[in-house]
Amino acid sequence: MKITRKEFLRITGLSVAGAGAAKLVRAIGVAGPAPPSSVSAKRWGMVIDFQRCRPGDDCDDCIKACRLAHNIPEIPERAHEVKWVWKERYEKVFPFQQSDYTRRAYQGHVLPVLCNQCAQPACVRVCPTAATWKREDGVVMMDWHRCIGCRYCMAACPYGSRSFDWEDPRPYIKHLTADFPTRTKGVVEKCNFCEERLANGRAPACVEACRQKAIVFGDLNDEQSPVRQLLRARFSIQRQPELGTGPSIFYLV
Amino acid sequence: MRDRVLIGLALVLFLTLVTYPMWHAVYARTTAAGPQLKLPQTAKTCVAPVAFMRASHMKLLINWREGAVRDHRLEYTAYDGEKYRVNLSATCLGQCHTNKKEFCDRCHSYAAVSGPYCWDCHVDPTTVVARRMP
Amino acid sequence: MLMFEKAMVGSRRYWEWIVFLLALIALGGAFYLRQLSYGLAITGLSRDVSWGLYIAQFTFFVGVAASAVMVVLPYYLHDVRQFHSITILGELLAVSSVTMCMLFILVDMGQPMRVLNVLRYPTLHSIMFWDMVSLGGYLLLNAVIAYTMLRSEREEVAPPSWIKVLVLLSIPWAVSIHTVTAFLYSGLPGRTFWLTAILAPRFLASAFASGPSLLILLCLLLRRLTRFDAGQEAIQKLGVIVAYAMSVSIFFVLLEMFTVFYSHIPEDLEHFRYLYVGLDGDRHLAAWMWVSVITGVAALVILLVPRLRKNAVLLPLAAVLVIASLWIEKGMGLIVGGFVPAPFGDVTRYSPTLPEWLIVLGVWAIGALMITVFYKITVSVREAK
Repeated sequence: MKITRKEFLRITGLSVAGAGAAKLVRAIGVAGPAPPSSVSAKRWGMVIDFQRCRPGDDCDDCIKACRLAHNIPEIPERAHEVKWVWKERYEKVFPFQQSDYTRRAYQGHVLPVLCNQCAQPACVRVCPTAATWKREDGVVMMDWHRCIGCRYCMAACPYGSRSFDWEDPRPYIKHLTADFPTRTKGVVEKCNFCEERLANGRAPACVEACRQKAIVFGDLNDEQSPVRQLLRARFSIQRQPELGTGPSIFYLV
Repeated sequence: MRDRVLIGLALVLFLTLVTYPMWHAVYARTTAAGPQLKLPQTAKTCVAPVAFMRASHMKLLINWREGAVRDHRLEYTAYDGEKYRVNLSATCLGQCHTNKKEFCDRCHSYAAVSGPYCWDCHVDPTTVVARRMP
Repeated sequence: MLMFEKAMVGSRRYWEWIVFLLALIALGGAFYLRQLSYGLAITGLSRDVSWGLYIAQFTFFVGVAASAVMVVLPYYLHDVRQFHSITILGELLAVSSVTMCMLFILVDMGQPMRVLNVLRYPTLHSIMFWDMVSLGGYLLLNAVIAYTMLRSEREEVAPPSWIKVLVLLSIPWAVSIHTVTAFLYSGLPGRTFWLTAILAPRFLASAFASGPSLLILLCLLLRRLTRFDAGQEAIQKLGVIVAYAMSVSIFFVLLEMFTVFYSHIPEDLEHFRYLYVGLDGDRHLAAWMWVSVITGVAALVILLVPRLRKNAVLLPLAAVLVIASLWIEKGMGLIVGGFVPAPFGDVTRYSPTLPEWLIVLGVWAIGALMITVFYKITVSVREAK
């Protein structure tokens, strides 16, 4: 039975298209950010006590510890700075929350801010290579080998948690450690919840370093964990929860 | 007549270029000797058979990388049952090939392998003053 | 093969132009190599304003690429005979524009050698992945269509019947490329300036104003430089399309302004205030935005009054004004406006640096080179008949 070249191409083309379509449908079916973890699984979270984190102090314990643990460069130019955890004034962390009548009460208060390790992260949603993804235990991870430096995640993050290496960070690292890699120019970085320490059963560097014990870390899915106990006992707020990102960082007022 | 001169010149140029590898080798004093590697002092067994490592250590490293970073597989059981912590700086360099310059780099520069950008980020422990993490 | 031999013969002026473009490309290329070795720190970008001139150019030229549909649709679906000779010009403009877009993305990336990761690890919930797919597909589509049509013309045969399918496919695809590009911005919860359903319609309206404007200018240029005449009717029709599209585009901007200023929500207001008035002492963009407003309104006046639109000097002027107005508003205005104020309320000034401008110029020159070569081939084919 003779088949013309046209027929052959038509059949081949349709078969390839069919196979491709099936694959595509299957891929879309499993796509999407990770579903909310089941109650039995861990969800790491953090509670920062506004009362204990002394306002206006020159305390930099958490920042210094994080910087040391992760080879974070200290870049003098504000435009190019790289920061995983840092301090901001209250009215900048919770904007539009004060009026002329309430402003005085908050003036001078600073808070540590870091990646919120969201439950429904916008950054993970937009990353074109899955170089950032949400792990089962709640940590929003970064794969610096895969990141193409498109900075879409930086645009997507509502909290300004992410930094980009505009140039080689090595010259700006004051105390290099071999315990953790540096990053290279052209990738995005952010707080990784000290996942390398979590793997060894240790708490994040900022938590251990805080002299006031103002940062409490634990499993949000464990009702008896210290973070859950605090959240039951005290009033807490979060940064822009109405956006539906589900932040894992709570601030006790 | 003029053509003969040009042809002659071109011939000389051609011969020069064609024999370049030979006389350049003399000029650069290249030898057939391979790279002189400084083998690990303390570690006696490798994570994989030597033949495999020589041919495919890159494959092993990529598997380690993808497994450790993306799948949280932090421990590797070698072919002889020995367990290793998956970590470029701490295990590959820290535990075994402590001298990167006289081991890794020797072969890489001999083979003109410039690909591995691992060291743009990962730190060679011998280049930093050892310190305990706070 | 690909009729490139037709681009290899030309007047002295043609070759001077080609050499000029190659020089600009070399200049841009040199600075890009510098960017590759040092990092994106040579640009004016910052932690707060992490996208700027490169992405602005990408956004603007995706619109120009999509606008090919404005000549293809009337001709193929509604038998608008006047567009017979310029559909090829629109398609070739699309090919050049999409190429420029992809180059702008490439020069903006921190690790461009890893760009194929987007295809190696397809992430279907990422709009950027779909953007790459749709732009790549559109490039391929238009390249095949343009080549087939032009080659058929040269061989003086009718184009193959399957080309009709591709042409029809290119119509919704053109709309999709710009919709996907709008989706890049309009789905981000943290950027209220972009978080508006009307962003995609705005993109399309401004695309259908700026693209045909560029096409008008290119047709007039071809009329002046070659014996190729698109025809007065075709150019006038393009002018009418630009008039309608520009009206809608400006109307959409006013709609945005109403929502923001009447609802008076501070978070939304701040971005508009920054763009048109200035915030915290930073007023440098405001001047540019008002230039955009004035040129846009002036263009609209010319375009809406038939006597003015038909004027041989005023129509090209209006086209230039449209392009200038939308280039500012959709380019820098849109991108920087989204990033300032930043999440913590910081007003960070962004000014592109000289290396940034030169790299952009290099990419424009690549686009111009492509258009030059493509149109040279087209005109040669037409003039040979």
